[in-house]
Amino acid sequence: MGDHRFGFDTLCLHAGQIPDAATGARALPIYQTTSFVFDSADHAASLFNLQTFGNVYSRISNPTVAALEERVAALEGGRAALAAATGMAAQMLALLTLCRHGDHIVAARTLYGGTYSQLATTFDQFGIEVTFVDADDASAFKNALKPRTKALYAETIGNPQLNVCDIAALSAVARDAGVPLVIDNTMASPFLCRPFEHGADIVVHSVTKYLGGHGTTMGGIVVESGKFPWDNGNFPQMTEPSRGYHGVRFYETFGDFGFTMKARMETMRTLGPTLAPLSAFLLLQGIETLHLRMPRHSASALAIAQHLAAHPAVEWVNYPLLSGNRYEELARRYLPHGAGGILTFGVRGGAAAGVRFIEAVEFLSHLANIGDAKTLVIHPASTTHRQLSEDEQLAAGVTPEMIRLSVGLETQDDILWDLDQALEKSQR
Amino acid sequence: MGRVDDIAGLRRILTQSRVIAVVGLSPNWYRPSFFAAKYMQEHGYRAIPVNPNAEEILGEKCYPDVAAIPGAVDIVDCFRKPEEMPDLARAAVAKGAKVFWMQLGITSDEAAKIALAGGLEVVQNRCVKIEHARLMGGLHWVGVNTGIVSARRT
Repeated sequence: MGDHRFGFDTLCLHAGQIPDAATGARALPIYQTTSFVFDSADHAASLFNLQTFGNVYSRISNPTVAALEERVAALEGGRAALAAATGMAAQMLALLTLCRHGDHIVAARTLYGGTYSQLATTFDQFGIEVTFVDADDASAFKNALKPRTKALYAETIGNPQLNVCDIAALSAVARDAGVPLVIDNTMASPFLCRPFEHGADIVVHSVTKYLGGHGTTMGGIVVESGKFPWDNGNFPQMTEPSRGYHGVRFYETFGDFGFTMKARMETMRTLGPTLAPLSAFLLLQGIETLHLRMPRHSASALAIAQHLAAHPAVEWVNYPLLSGNRYEELARRYLPHGAGGILTFGVRGGAAAGVRFIEAVEFLSHLANIGDAKTLVIHPASTTHRQLSEDEQLAAGVTPEMIRLSVGLETQDDILWDLDQALEKSQR
Repeated sequence: MGRVDDIAGLRRILTQSRVIAVVGLSPNWYRPSFFAAKYMQEHGYRAIPVNPNAEEILGEKCYPDVAAIPGAVDIVDCFRKPEEMPDLARAAVAKGAKVFWMQLGITSDEAAKIALAGGLEVVQNRCVKIEHARLMGGLHWVGVNTGIVSARRT
């Protein structure tokens, strides 16, 4: 007798939350508490020894946050998850659970700028070395491996270059090397791509973006597949007695959720970038409609990309599923239900025209975020990347005329109307 | 009855059982078997250690084998190597246990057949503690995907 397998849409609404046992509340209660009382001194001892599961202090776990963790774990088809205050914190927790001083990571060169800075600057201060390689070339990842490489790191869809990752190819390299493939799945969300199905071992998200979906709340999450063989000799911190947790061997004791337990009980407990319970509640409200929002974001983005491609004031359009895009084949393989809501395009007339366009939009919001229900627009050269020289901007995939659009859920004709009138003004 | 691997069946076994013979229970507090037995004790079960090399574990007298345990046993829970499973299945049948449970990482089709032929239910490759925490609360709090979708107030 097998258990019924629930569909993705049902999991968006139900996974991780059964009605509250004490009150019967159907919506998720917000456990706005720092701490939880112990039943007895012995119960407290068992909790601190990890011999029983329960809540001690909300830096480590909280029932409202747990509902978000289990829901995203279920949506990704993973075994367990750990939420964090932001996406940046989530990827840090994942990588600092894998790496220590002297270890090495191979990462895609096209990573989101914030991630690039974290790895290139902050991890460098920790003595963790990162080699950045061509995201499109699995052999470049392979050639960059070192004896102390502990992870491969890439994004399902890069931002802002919108390059689509060949996850299976990177997974093969990671498998041969005996290290996990960590994939940032923020831009796709688990509705469009589930990296575990293609061989990834750990998935991270900025939940702030499409999962939360409404631009209200910061959050991040780490999900583990439960399939990585942590006893392969490369991860003694998973198999040897833990110094940080009085001798527990995380893989032996917790098996296929041992990585998440270690990330929670050692990395999160000691660094502390915890997600607030109220934030978890707000993010979960967003996730309840993920399966309705993502098809609309994707369909509108494709229609807008096609419209812009035929527009006289537009030099070029980049959207993975646009016919002729260099990532079209990979997008059809990894993103069969849509490529998400982000697209970029070049306004004819260079940086000055880009600025005129941005200043002319009426209801498209000029701000530095993606994955909101509302349409967002930004001119990277004059904002997010303005500290860089033009050469550095080009290396990051940012050209002077580039506009990034995060297509929202408004009436599609209205978005097109605003784009058209702003493009017209950009050419004056 | 038979081989049990679904939520309803596992929940029924854990609800109906009270006495667990833990074969291979280690006296070392950081070993998985000790974690599991201590957890089950704290959740109202009696965990009887089967370990010929120890006197007493978790306040319970140790027995050298399943047959030596006085009184009835509901679950024979095995933390031993797969090749020992067929003999342990025979011991569980002889003891009149109701469930033969092989821990996470342990499977034995031969042992399963022996136990089934003896009228026992069989669970394999699952941890009794993790399943209890998954189905009756606790595991959810550490972010594990329990697989439970329900609108019942538990």
